This record gives sequence, C-alpha cells and structure tokens, in this order.
Amino acid sequence: MRLLYFAQMRQRIGCAEETVDPPAEVATVAALIDWLRGRGPVYAAALADDRAVKVAVNQVFARADAAVGPGDEVALFPPVTGG
Amino acid sequence: MAVRVQREDFDPGAEIAALSAGRTDAGALASFIGVVRQTPGAEPLVAMTLEHYPGMTERMLAEIEAAARDRWPILDCRIIHRYGRLVPGERIVLVAVASPHRAAAFEACQFLMDWLKTKAPFWKLEETATGSRWVDAQASDDAAAARWDVAAPARS
Repeated sequence: MRLLYFAQMRQRIGCAEETVDPPAEVATVAALIDWLRGRGPVYAAALADDRAVKVAVNQVFARADAAVGPGDEVALFPPVTGG
Repeated sequence: MAVRVQREDFDPGAEIAALSAGRTDAGALASFIGVVRQTPGAEPLVAMTLEHYPGMTERMLAEIEAAARDRWPILDCRIIHRYGRLVPGERIVLVAVASPHRAAAFEACQFLMDWLKTKAPFWKLEETATGSRWVDAQASDDAAAARWDVAAPARS
C-alpha cells in the first residue's frame, strides 16, 4: 500500500510518501489510521485529531469506513485550503 | 481542456475571450480571479506557497466542472489553479463561465469557487519574515459549499 502525505501531515511525519504493508485486518480507513498511530509518537501526534485528517483512496475522498487494501494509493492530509 | 493546474501565470483576458471565440450563443461571460493578498493589520506576507496533490487535483476539478454543468446551462468554462510560491498581488485561480444568460454564469462561477475551496486538494503555506504557517480551513468555506446542496439552480 502506497501512502502519501501532504502539507502539515507531510511536515510532521517527515516524508511525502512511503510504502507500508499493514496486516490483513487493517481493511478500512479508520483501521489504517489507528494502525499508523501505533507506529510511533510522530504518527500518533500527526494523526491525533480525526477531524483534522482527510483521506483519499486512489485519489477519491474516502470516509472512515471505506475499504483499503494492498495496492491502494492512500493519501492523508489536512482540510484543504485552495482557491 | 477546461481544467488546468499550472505553476505559471495565466492571461485572464485571453482565457475569457477564448470562452466565446467562434460562437454567438454565449450572452454572458462571468469570471472570478483569486489573488494573493496582504491581510490588513497582519504581519507582512512575504509569499504564499500552494501545494497540491497531482492527479487528484485535476480529477476533482473535472468533477466540480461536471457538477456545475449538471446544474446550469454552461456553454464553456475554465478552471485554472496555480501552485508553487506566489507573492502578494499574484493571481492564484481563475474560474470563468460562458452561458446564454447572466444569472447562470454568475451562479456557476460562485458554485465552482465554493466547491473548489472545499474539495480540491490544495494547501496554502504563508511565509512571513518570522517564519511559515499553514493556513487553516475556514468553517465559512464549508458553509458556502454546503448551501449548494439545497439551493435550486437558476434555469434560464
């Protein structure tokens, strides 16, 4: 699974993208965020506030219960501020 | 291509003129241009850097355009959004719509901007003499986008 981070998320986690291989039971967006939080204090801090974490799966906005799996491109980022 | 994401500036006059070039059915051309500005009373802004999610950005802007075309009789439109480091006074974004009548053109422009601000994956980093900070999302932008969920589109 390919993870992309943008803006504050990229700065706090310290990289723009990484490839991860979570266990099979990590099958939803919510489970993935929980699993990432468990990877260390940097992730836990960057992903602490659910409302401040937006997720896109394969470049489409995804809710907490959306499915994720191997081969997906999952982006995590703060609320958007363009325009 | 009606949607463009680019580092370089754009020519508003040329973009708007192109919307009605070669056609006689567009009675209304409406446009909006967003510009980097200095907030009065705030620490002087040196620059604003726009980051985006290549791929998803273009996809979302195309979806936003399609949603506008579903709601209003749009003959042609442009959505151009810049990224990279911009200084105060520089253009950030253009939306422009050609329609038979003005109500649809005005409303579609407003809709495109309201949806763009809450759905297109861009982030702004403000740079001052003392450091940088990411711009927070505004609740007022969410409210502006949400009103289109219930508002009936103008039909003309």
